[in-house]
Amino acid sequence: MKVIERAAFPRRLWERVRLNKNYEKALEQIDENLIYWPRYIRHKCKQRFTKITQYLIRIRKLTLKRQKKLVPLSKKVERREKRREEKALVAAQLDNAIEKELLERLKQDTYGDIYNFPIHAFDKALEQQEAESDSSDVEEKDDEEDDEDVGKREFVEDDEVDESDISDFEDMDKLDASSEEDQDDKSSNEEEEEKALNAKHKGKTPLKGPLQRKRAYVEIEYEQETEPMAKAKTT
Amino acid sequence: MAKAGDKSSGSAKKSLKRKAATEEPQEAAVVGDEATESGVKPPKAAAFPPGFSISEIKNKQRRHLMFTRWKEQQRKEKLAAKKKLKKEREALGDKAPPKPIPKTIDNQRVYDETTVDPNDEEVAYDEATDEFASYFNRQTSPKILITTSDRPHGRTVRLCEQLSTVIPNSHVYYRRGLALKKIIPQCISRDFTDLIVINEDRKTPNGLLLSHLPNGPTAHFKMSSVRLRKEIKRRGKDPTEHVPEIILNNFTTRLGHSVGRMFASLFPHNPQFIGRQVATFHNQRDYIFFRFHRYIFKSEKKVGIQELGPRFTLKLRSLQKGTFDSKYGEYEWVHKPREMDTSRRKFHL
Repeated sequence: MKVIERAAFPRRLWERVRLNKNYEKALEQIDENLIYWPRYIRHKCKQRFTKITQYLIRIRKLTLKRQKKLVPLSKKVERREKRREEKALVAAQLDNAIEKELLERLKQDTYGDIYNFPIHAFDKALEQQEAESDSSDVEEKDDEEDDEDVGKREFVEDDEVDESDISDFEDMDKLDASSEEDQDDKSSNEEEEEKALNAKHKGKTPLKGPLQRKRAYVEIEYEQETEPMAKAKTT
Repeated sequence: MAKAGDKSSGSAKKSLKRKAATEEPQEAAVVGDEATESGVKPPKAAAFPPGFSISEIKNKQRRHLMFTRWKEQQRKEKLAAKKKLKKEREALGDKAPPKPIPKTIDNQRVYDETTVDPNDEEVAYDEATDEFASYFNRQTSPKILITTSDRPHGRTVRLCEQLSTVIPNSHVYYRRGLALKKIIPQCISRDFTDLIVINEDRKTPNGLLLSHLPNGPTAHFKMSSVRLRKEIKRRGKDPTEHVPEIILNNFTTRLGHSVGRMFASLFPHNPQFIGRQVATFHNQRDYIFFRFHRYIFKSEKKVGIQELGPRFTLKLRSLQKGTFDSKYGEYEWVHKPREMDTSRRKFHL
């Protein structure tokens, strides 16, 4: 690709020379064709040629690598999708759905023995009437209560050994008045012991659950307060 | 004076300020009445010929007036109807018919013929022999590689890290300009089962590519409303190393089923219930919401959940048969907005 002026013939004014594919040979060609031209122009010509070859090489290399494809986003579509997403979020009621699913799984007994909710166990035992581990817990409790009845004659509380002699089931009415006052004092101690013992023989993590339920039934709580004590004494 | 248009039922208060309306069909009636009335509004019922609507009145103020009057009337009627219904309900007491269920988009959803029937044998057979069968038969346990597109920014990096804490047995590697097609054979050789690529645009993650590796399906999602851990209000402490449970909600169609199985195959089989963590993929109207919670059972009827972990929503863009190959891949499903987004009641997942 070279230029020569022949001013008289505009069609033949410029002369084009095809350069060699080899870079060095092409440079020599430029030199020999532009032989009487000023050095500066020859130099600039060669520079231009170098630039062109380099970018051609780069193009070829890049097409082999991965090419980023720009995908245009339609603003209308984006807005529409955003709005639909918000509405879907509201309709989904995620928290409720998750809670329902978890409770379903609890009912289906997928968690096994980790969670021991006594009432739940009792219901299941009623429904299914099968001897399972849950119902066996209930039976254990019955046994414990029997033990407690037996044991109660002898031991009641740690601190008030005197009262233990008095407190029979027949005399519970008299005791109720005094014991309930004491219950409040002792409840904190016994809760701790209950916790420890619960951890020992039931081995579950959510301690607040069963504790809360036990507080609802005052009478049972009284009995169970003594029960761990009995266990502690006997074991 | 043409007092046309005064005749509507029972609005005597507006009698004197009638403006002339150009209701041609009325003129006959008006002419007849002109003789009798001399500026007094006749409280008669409207003598509108059928086929007349308020929108045909040319005068804007009069038209507006008529419209507001009509609206008031409608509202009164509606209120009266409601009261009547309520009274009837109370009167009937227990024998009252059940309340009508309000229509929602989810109620009115166009029935999709590919909805999976739980007892469908063909589906069961398909699922037993598809690419996830090996996972569901407990032959393989998942190993996940999480990566991003080139040059990720801070948000994306942090999202990757948080995802790797959510999904057990996952590794984050940065992509330094490597082609996905070259990464995939390397992953396969190192026994990865899944590849997650988080695509980024202008410093926010906006796409998720989930590829099941030994020649499994590749799903491309659009990711939106990403909330990192510190942006979530009232969240709990960081998730522990226990394997979480999974909840997959509302994946009803065949397509939904395959996508659901893809998600399920990300997590190992035996969730550790001691950890009390649950990852939820909830599909609602083709948007999949991902949440990560910690739960605690307060009683057997009540559970409390606390959100940890990142949250985002995904929308499926395409599902491809083999591993990632955008040019020559065989697409099982592609979302085409012009065809698929036309009906508001039709969903695909």
